[in-house]
Amino acid sequence: MTLPSPVFRAVATCVVPEAGRLASAQWDEMEAIVARAIAARPRAVQRQLALFFILLEWLPLLRYARPLSRLDPARRTRFLDRLQRAPMLLLRRGFWGVRTLILMGYYGRPAVAGEIGYRADTRGWEARR
Amino acid sequence: MSASRSYDIVIIGSGAGGGTVAQELAPLVRDGVRILVLEKGPRFADQEFTGRELEMADALYQDGGAFLTRDGTMTLAFASAYGGSTVVYTGTSLTAPQRVIRAWGVPGLEHGDLTRRSAKYAEQNNVHLLDDPLINDNNRLFVEGGRKAGYLVEQFPVNVKGCRGSSLCNLGCPNQAKQGTNRVQLPRAERAGVEVVTRAEVLRIEPDRTMMVRVSQKAAGTKGAPSEWAPGDYQIRARIVVAAAGAIGTSALLLRSPLPAPRSLGHGFTCHPALILVAEHPHPITNDVGHPKSYFVDHAESERFVLETCMYFPFVTAKSLTGFGATHSAIMHAFPRLQMILILACDHAAPGNRIAVSRTGSPIVHYRFTPETIDGLVRGTRAAARIFFAAGARRVHAPADPPLLETTDADRLEERVTARHFRPGMLAVSAAHLMGGCAMGRSAADSVTDGWGQVHGIPWLRVADASLFPDSLEINPYLTIMGLADRVAEGVRRDLAVAGD
Repeated sequence: MTLPSPVFRAVATCVVPEAGRLASAQWDEMEAIVARAIAARPRAVQRQLALFFILLEWLPLLRYARPLSRLDPARRTRFLDRLQRAPMLLLRRGFWGVRTLILMGYYGRPAVAGEIGYRADTRGWEARR
Repeated sequence: MSASRSYDIVIIGSGAGGGTVAQELAPLVRDGVRILVLEKGPRFADQEFTGRELEMADALYQDGGAFLTRDGTMTLAFASAYGGSTVVYTGTSLTAPQRVIRAWGVPGLEHGDLTRRSAKYAEQNNVHLLDDPLINDNNRLFVEGGRKAGYLVEQFPVNVKGCRGSSLCNLGCPNQAKQGTNRVQLPRAERAGVEVVTRAEVLRIEPDRTMMVRVSQKAAGTKGAPSEWAPGDYQIRARIVVAAAGAIGTSALLLRSPLPAPRSLGHGFTCHPALILVAEHPHPITNDVGHPKSYFVDHAESERFVLETCMYFPFVTAKSLTGFGATHSAIMHAFPRLQMILILACDHAAPGNRIAVSRTGSPIVHYRFTPETIDGLVRGTRAAARIFFAAGARRVHAPADPPLLETTDADRLEERVTARHFRPGMLAVSAAHLMGGCAMGRSAADSVTDGWGQVHGIPWLRVADASLFPDSLEINPYLTIMGLADRVAEGVRRDLAVAGD
């Protein structure tokens, strides 16, 4: 499946607010990580994800009369918060999956370790002396 | 057309079970017995363990560590490599509790016997308690907080040799310090003449003892050595087959094989559903350096949880936190001040929780959280929060609403952390201790194998991995798997002796 960039970025900036400050090349890096992860998943999962991205984009129409990618950040966040608490497991699970992919894309970038102060090193204690 | 080969003994899988059986049977090679180990994963060179999170997860774990249960509410972590999951565990080495083995009620399986056998491997793998100077703040705070909060804190014996404290155990030790079967038992077996073939997946076992095996090509740009055999399909015949592909791998293999296996095959799957909890301290602590898992609190019997120290990597940590947005980000940016605790719930084998296969033969794990398991997670979360606060943490991130527990919440954890915050699909639960599917027991009516891993009704087929467990072990399982595999090897030697007579 092709990652639907506008919806993905709209959700990503709510899940990780700092993502809003990413440069174009960093977005590309993040989306490449996510695309690779999706490509490695079974076809059925890819189909479910593609469907869920469509649902994410158009479900807010019912409440806000706008698709997700055109909502302001506060409304987007409220909508996503409702999804993660939804009574239907399917919705909770779908959001959990998309959230996981976004976190993988953002925190899977090598540069992020320095940003958050993660310093694990293969040399262990020796690297700290 | 597939090539045909013939062996006396074929062992499927090279982890704690398969590696042990290979080593124990290796002396038979001197007597002309031909032994083959087939491993689905590749063989990695020492320098390929880089500690880079996504790169190593993709290389080592099934589905990059994201293998999901059927309803998508839990990820199951298991490795596919020369050495199996012993490549990615933290080396924590505990022997099975007596009460658990008694409760299993497997005829012929005595706790004393299992303990003696496990002790042999503890010695072989250099299992010991780490010296105090090697303990980092993350572990030290767990000890201090745990004792202040009134818990009995115990130290994990670990199987390392020359540990440099990279903290990267779960991504494969970059310093080859962890004494998994890839470092100890398999090299010994190979030196003695056992043949190990990697990237070799057993598709099915036929009733005439022929295995259909597919050897894969190394894909360009991926880690690991090419297979020892040319890529392609093989038919391997054996007198004795030992399935040791892990709880999921072995159950799935036997399910897609046209064998007269007992009806309970695949049933009784259980695991230790785990949650990662983090707390923020006012000052930086040493957490991402040093052995990550040195202490634990065992409340399995009384409250269905075990707490263990742990330290994970940026992505795993991020996905384990509840919620999203600014609060989530603030915790991630506090990484140098984070203390982590892993909560393992002790679930029991429950009806419906089972391993099955899809139409194409891929494993499917059906798993539903029972109220008792959720209760174990809830109680474990409260206990972890007590330990965090007693250790001086200023806030704890937990499944709660809102997810940040402040010090003022320390006295009302029962109110703040409740089962309604643990609804499946709302939090990142994962499990690495996968058990059951080929349970030991009395007969085909109640189990898949006998107490020596022999499949009821199929005398040439044995199982030697955690799929043998009839119920949860309630502790880290690898020494118990090795102890059981030692019994399986003894059974195979008996079979060969009888055949020789």
